[in-house]
Parts: sequence; structure tokens; C-alpha cells
Amino acid sequence: MPQSAENIKDHISLFSEPEYKELLAQKKANYECRPSDEKVNEQLEYSKSWEYREKNFARKQAVINPHKACQPLGAVFAAAGFEETLPYVHGSQGCAAYFRSHLARHFKEASACVSDSMTEDAAVFGGLNNLVEGLLNAKHLYKPKMIAVSTTCMAEVIGDDLSAFIATAKEKEAVPTDFPVPFAHTPSFVGSHVVGYDNMIKGIFNYFWDREKGEVKPGKSNGKINIIPGFDGYAVANNRELKRYLDTMGVDYTLVGDVSEVFDTPTDGTFRMYDGGTKLDDVRDAINAKATIGLQHYCSDKTLEYVASKGQATASLNYPMGVSGTDAMLMKISELSGKAIPEAIEKERGRLVDAIADSQGWTHGKKAAVFGDPDFVLSMASFLLELGIEPTHCLCTNAGKEWEAQMKALLAASPFGADCQVWAGKDLWHLRSLLFTEPTDMIIGSSYGKYLEKDTGIPLIRLTFPVFDRHHHHRFPTMGYQGALRTLVEILDRIFEVADASSDISYDLTR
Amino acid sequence: MSLDYTNDTAANEALIKEVLDQYPEKSAKKRARHLGTVKTEENGTPTCGVKSNIKSVPGVMTVRGCAYAGAKGVVWGPVKDMVHISHGPIGCGQYSWSQRRNYFTGTVGIDSFVTMQVTSDFQERDIVFGGDKNLEIMIDELDELFPLNNGISVLSECPIGLIGDDIEAVAKKKAKDIGKKVVPVRCEGFRGVSQSLGHHIANDAIRDWVFEKGTEEEWATGPYDVNLIADYNIGGDAWPSRKLLEEIGLRVIGSWSGDATLAEIERAPKAKLNLIHCYRSMNYICRHMEEKYGMPWIEYNFFGPTQIAASLRKIAAAFDETIQKKAEEVIAKYQPLVDAVTARFKPRLDGKTVMLYVGGLRPRHTATAYEDLGMKIVGSGYEFAHNDDYQRTATYLKEGTLIYDDVSEFELEKFIEQLRPDLVGSGIKEKYSTQKMGVPFRQMHSWDYSGPYHGYDGFAIFARDMDMAINAPVWGKLKAPWKAA
Repeated sequence: MPQSAENIKDHISLFSEPEYKELLAQKKANYECRPSDEKVNEQLEYSKSWEYREKNFARKQAVINPHKACQPLGAVFAAAGFEETLPYVHGSQGCAAYFRSHLARHFKEASACVSDSMTEDAAVFGGLNNLVEGLLNAKHLYKPKMIAVSTTCMAEVIGDDLSAFIATAKEKEAVPTDFPVPFAHTPSFVGSHVVGYDNMIKGIFNYFWDREKGEVKPGKSNGKINIIPGFDGYAVANNRELKRYLDTMGVDYTLVGDVSEVFDTPTDGTFRMYDGGTKLDDVRDAINAKATIGLQHYCSDKTLEYVASKGQATASLNYPMGVSGTDAMLMKISELSGKAIPEAIEKERGRLVDAIADSQGWTHGKKAAVFGDPDFVLSMASFLLELGIEPTHCLCTNAGKEWEAQMKALLAASPFGADCQVWAGKDLWHLRSLLFTEPTDMIIGSSYGKYLEKDTGIPLIRLTFPVFDRHHHHRFPTMGYQGALRTLVEILDRIFEVADASSDISYDLTR
Repeated sequence: MSLDYTNDTAANEALIKEVLDQYPEKSAKKRARHLGTVKTEENGTPTCGVKSNIKSVPGVMTVRGCAYAGAKGVVWGPVKDMVHISHGPIGCGQYSWSQRRNYFTGTVGIDSFVTMQVTSDFQERDIVFGGDKNLEIMIDELDELFPLNNGISVLSECPIGLIGDDIEAVAKKKAKDIGKKVVPVRCEGFRGVSQSLGHHIANDAIRDWVFEKGTEEEWATGPYDVNLIADYNIGGDAWPSRKLLEEIGLRVIGSWSGDATLAEIERAPKAKLNLIHCYRSMNYICRHMEEKYGMPWIEYNFFGPTQIAASLRKIAAAFDETIQKKAEEVIAKYQPLVDAVTARFKPRLDGKTVMLYVGGLRPRHTATAYEDLGMKIVGSGYEFAHNDDYQRTATYLKEGTLIYDDVSEFELEKFIEQLRPDLVGSGIKEKYSTQKMGVPFRQMHSWDYSGPYHGYDGFAIFARDMDMAINAPVWGKLKAPWKAA
């Protein structure tokens, strides 16, 4: 008997016990009708070949292990970053359940979001009644200051018009006329979560600047800079790091869609459904800012276009990571705010450079595969180039030609980028082929990469969203000089682990 | 071994009223039907007295999912040697990717496909022109890349039904082309009121597209052939269950659908008896096999020693004395383990109270397992149970127990605040809010990444896990010492 009260074995060791090994072997031999081990091994080896790679890349329709989610997830995430705001999904309830689970699994935090539970009858007659009743209930029960509505693909296919529906709901007194209900159409069959994020931020600006009291013209400058962080699984720590920089510089700012508190509430006996977030008055006033900066170009494209249409200066970056990524962010903020970058920050920069110099012998010439959202891959690749690491495959499922061109320009500017291949619109099953035919020393991406690590034996470094299978990563920044330092340590740790595991002779105490 | 206790009916009824008062009138009326307590009727039968399987109230945080989640996430997804296509836009497949811990053996991407996300990734043009043509191409591509697959399932997401795609026609055509089973499953998320309809639809697909399409496999049947049905092998649950059934002398010729191959499903009608664990998700196909092939079925419960022993005896009673004798031997064999586990953990858990809120089975099936450890169930409810589930539930729970069907986050939080149980067992969406309130929690969909919980081997893990949750030192650290009153 493998189990005992003194030494309780769970799934991690239980099924390696002889009794279970025998049970599984018998099941396979007698009941499963499996292909022979020989056939399995033959196909396994074939799947690692160039020939399989070519077949794999020849596919036109099948998408296998893609690295992207759908628009409303981004919209829900964006909405969660505003003061006492309840994200609301107009459409099937299953979607809302998925968004909540997905965010909860990454952040290890509760994720609030209601839906109006549209079913067959709504598919036929439209979801107006659901929205009216849903807004009424949501307002009563959860007492939000704002309800931010996004759509699912169901509502989009049947063509529900949110603007008209919300107006009707207000007429029917589901919520008061002056109660903020911004919205975004977020069809799941267009773009990905980064586009949904953009749509919702734009929708919220649009509500306060154009809909709440009619069109608002920018007035006297409030002297602030608006910062839109973008969809970021590390937003909890990154937003705080960002605020530290801005405070150190003495910049007056509005962080737009700040989820750092709501996805990091304390355990002290009280559950806070709402915490932190951008004040609604600050969003109203954001039209009077000096400028708006998007930290992730692909998460704020349309929003910035809208902001620019109000006559405000805009700028966008690609996820400020590494030395030059952080430099660019600080200089841009300094330029737009007129505030100098203080020596304290410059010293932090110096310490990061110091760390890179200390470790460059270990990073130089290593090869890496990077996957994730478009801005993450851009900035990660840029940081790798600074470390003397050669990004070998840069893959982004939710990117297109613009990103590809941007990647190629970045890589062309460094000798370490010379051999890099850029893969826009490809998935992780493509990456598997790439890693078998042209292997790298490391994979950098999300938890989904663990299957690649298992198959190829190449170590995975988790540095983007989602991280489901490791705890607390998002509590430490990846942005800024401190974030770069942490990222460097993660990379180095894996390099040293591999070195230690590789040789009994070179098992050095000092590295 | 189970305890005798009752819960406070009057207090619970008052609590329900307090919660309902927070709703707008119309919704309060709707929700009132879903909240109640366990009562004994005049004729002596216990009842839960709540309505179920009704549309959720719009605008609340219902914990429920959708038909796709039921069909793909629960029933079809774990079938390991088939490639499962999430047909439609990207999201549904992505969010359900590898999230249910349906353990299996095999080589991923070669002869097993459970932990993969395969999708047609619908774009706007597919909505306009339809996805059937591309689905055909996709099936060819998948068969080319994964030649050792034994079949393909097509699980439709919301837009498929709305734009009128004919996935059945595609399935028929492609089954012929690739010479394997292609199973269309019409589980669009807007269908029905919860995951539950997805289970039903998935069962119908087994009937129409697996059984009806036949099998070439020759199979010599034996007198002790059974199917283990509706165990999804979460954290390996189906394996200790299988071990017990084999130990009492039965041959488990098919295991559904955790760690299942298509062949195991195809051959099911050749067994003597169906043994069903999750009644809610697979009673439909058991009823079908009973009608069509005359196969009887038995529900069983492998959570905790009381129910395991009762179930083993019930199952054995369907066979001859040899099996019955072996069942007694097996129960006796594991009794020392049960005694040792109980001796270790009961003193640490005795009298602790539990609130449950899970899918369609565990709120009743796990109740006795808690009681085996001296714990009391003070509240329980289901995401997607039907009236027959609630009937079954009343016999497991004690008088006065708070019952909540399709509970919203709002209601559940209020109930937890007021009842202050020592443990809540529910899902990922409820976990963190509960813990922030200072109430210990275990995820009872995924076993909080632990398990298995089924069988005697699983009971030891279950006991350990409940102890580690309730008696964790962290709960003594909620208040800063300078704040402590």
C-alpha cells in the first residue's frame, strides 16, 4: 500500500509508486488501443525535424498553442484600474467567468466583473433587456462609482449597439443619467487583449471628455502628464515603480488605469472589492494634461490618436525595460514635463550598468527565444541586445507587419541581432519546431512556454503574462532600472543553474 | 462514522432575507427561489426546497460558466488521443487551456493532446463568410501534423451557431476523408443557463457521433466488465478509483473521460455495468446506454471512507459473491489506513464548520468526507445542479443547512461573513476574496493543485489538505500587533 497517514503522498509522488505504475501500464496495454511505442518515438523524432517544421509552417488555418487572448479580457483589465469601477461584460456569462479566472490565476487575487448573462432568447431578440436589468442589479449590489461595459463576440455578432442600449437603460432608470457608464465594443474575432485594453481606455476617456457633458474642450493646462501603462501582468509592481520614478522626478501625473492596488489587496480580515485605481475626477481632468504617454504602443494606439485629436501632445514607447528602454522613458517624461532626471535615478542607472558589466561574461553570445505581447517582445529583445545575448527567435502571435518592421529595425542596429528571425502571427507550436531545428540557450515568455521547455529541454524564464505556475513574480517590477536588474538576475540564475547541472568538474563555488 | 448535528434554520432564513433585501425587487423575487435551508417534509423526506437550472440574474457575478465550458472543458477535453478544436474566436480555448488538471499518460503533441490549445482563431472575415471551409482545411492540417490522433472533435463557440455554420456536414465529410471519427459538438456558450447544457450536448455527441458510428474493434466481454464514468481524473482521481475497482475483482474496460482514449468510449456498450461518479455531467449517456443496450448503471461516491465503503458494497451487490467477498476484504484492508488518517487529523479538525460551493456534484459528495473527519457542513450549493441533484443533496446534509443555488459573489460573501465558517470550499474566483476575509479556503474544482481526493489514497490527501488550510499559522497574522485589540 503506497499511502500512509505518516507519509502522505499526493499526485507528485503517488503515481510513481509501483502499484500505480503497474495500474497505468495495464490500462495502456489492455484497454487504451494506443499506437506502439515504436510508432510514437518515430513520430516524436520526426516532429523535431526540418521536414516537420516545413509542414508545420505550411499550415494556413489551424492555430496551435497561440499566445494571445481576446479583446474583452483586455477591456476588463483596463476597467479594473479605475476608482471603484465595476467591469461589466455585455454578452454570455461564460466569458466573464473565464476573464475572472484568467486574471485570478495570474495575480492570485479576486477579479471582479459582472456579465448580463445573455442566452438563446437574447441571441434572437438582442440583449437590451439584459443590459437594462443588469445595470440596475450591478449598481444596487456592488455600489460602484462607474460601470465600464465591454462586449463579447456573441453581442457583436448579433450587432447590439451599446451606445443606444446604455441610453435606453438610463431612460428606464436602471442607473441615474449622470452615472458614468463608459463602453467599448470588443469583438473577440478582431485583434487581441491588447486591442481590447486600448478600446476600453479610449472608451473611458471618450465618456468623460465627450459624452458626460457633451464635448469638452481642453482648458487651462493642469501641468500633468497622463501615463497609460498598457496591459501588463506585472502592473502591480511596475506601476508602483513607475510612480516612484515620477515622484522622485517631481512630475505631476495621472496614471491612467492603475490596477496596482486592486490586484494586490492585503489579507487583514476585510475583502476590498475595489481598491486604488485612477480617480474619476483625474480622468475628467486628464484632457487638460500637458501630454499623454502610452508605455506600450500596441495597447494605446487608438487612445493616443483620440487624445491627439483633442490637441494634446502624445508619445508612445514599447514597454520600458532595460537600460535604453528606461532611458527613453525617463527622457520622454523629462522632455514633456520639463522636469530634470535627478541624480538619484542616474545612480540607479549606473548600478544597473555595473551589474551588467559584472555579468557580461556569462551572458555574452547566449541565444534566446522570446515570445509574448508585441511591446514586451520588442523591449525584451532590446534588453537582450544590451546584455550581449542574441535574440534568435522573436515570436508574437498578436502582431502584424508594423511590429515585424519595428523588430527588424531594432535587430539591425546591433551585431547581436544579426541572426535573429522575427515571427509575427505565429504560435507556440511553430516555436516548438524552431527550437528543435535551431535551438537556443533559453526561452523567455509566459507559463505557456513550460510545454516548450518540457519538449526541448531548453530552460524557460517567465517574464510576462500569464504566469500561472509560479507565485509572486508580478510583485516585483520588470520595468525601469530596478526591473531590468531583476530581469537580469532571473536570466543569470538560469544560466548558472544550467552550468552547475552540466558538469561535475566545472562545479565552481565562485562564478 | 458521520456526525449527527443540525444547523440553525431560523438564523439561516433570517440571513437569506437580509441578503435579498439588498436586491431590486424583481431580482429579489427571482433570487428568493434559489435560497433556502434543508427541511424535513411532513412525510419525513428531507428536501432542499430550492429551484435550480434557471437563467442567472443579469448584472451579478454568477460563478457559472457556459455550455462550451461544460462540453470542452469537462467532457471532451480530457479524451487524450483526440485533437479538440475550439472552433471560433481565440478566447474560449485560451482561457480553458490546461486549466482542469485532467491527468493523463502519453506524449503531448504526438499521441496525446490534452494540454494543447487548438483553435480556428476566427477573424472578422470568418464571421462574414462562415468558417466551414476553413474548418475542413484545418482538419486536414491537424491530421497531417498529428497523424497518431484517433479522432477530432469540433467544439463550437458562440458565433458558430449565430452565423449558421454547418459543422455537422463538415464532420461527416472529413470523417470520410481522414478515415477517423470527427465529432461536432454544438456547445455554443449562449446555449442554456450554465455549463450543464454543455455536458448534455457532449453526451449526445457521444451517442450520435461515437456509438452510432460504430467501432471496428473486436472485444471479448467478461462478466466483470465495467465502465468508470464521469471521473475527469482531476489531480489523478480516476486512478485510485480504478485501483479499488480492480482490487474488488472488476475489469475497468473504459474510463471516462479523464485519461480516456476514444477506444475506451467506443467499447463502453459492451460492459456489464456503468459506474457513474459525476451524475450531473454524464447521467444522460448512462440513461441512453440503459435504454438502448440494456446496461444498468450505478452512482457511486469515492470521497471519504464512509461513502467509499458504502459504494463498494453497493457496486459489489450488483455482482456475485466472489466480488462481494473481495469488496469486504478491500474495505478491511484499508481500514487501518483510514483509522490512522482519522487519528492524525480528526483531533485537529473536530467540530470545524465548512461551507461549500462547487459545480454539480461535490457539494453533496464531499459532505460525508468532511464529516468523517469530525467536521460539519453549514452551507452548501451548486453552480449548475438540477432539481434531481438537490433531491439527492438533502439526504447528505443536515436539517437547517443553508442552501444556495447559483449563488452570486455578493450573496456568498455575505453568507461567509455571517456564518464565519472555519473553511470554505469553492473555486478560483472565490478563493482570494474569502482568504482576505481571514477565512481558510480550498479550491474544490482543482483540489487547489493537490489531489487526488478519490479513494482511500485520496482521502489521506484530502484530510491533510483540510488540516493545512484550517490550521495554517498565517491566519494568526491578520492584524498588526499594534492594532490588536
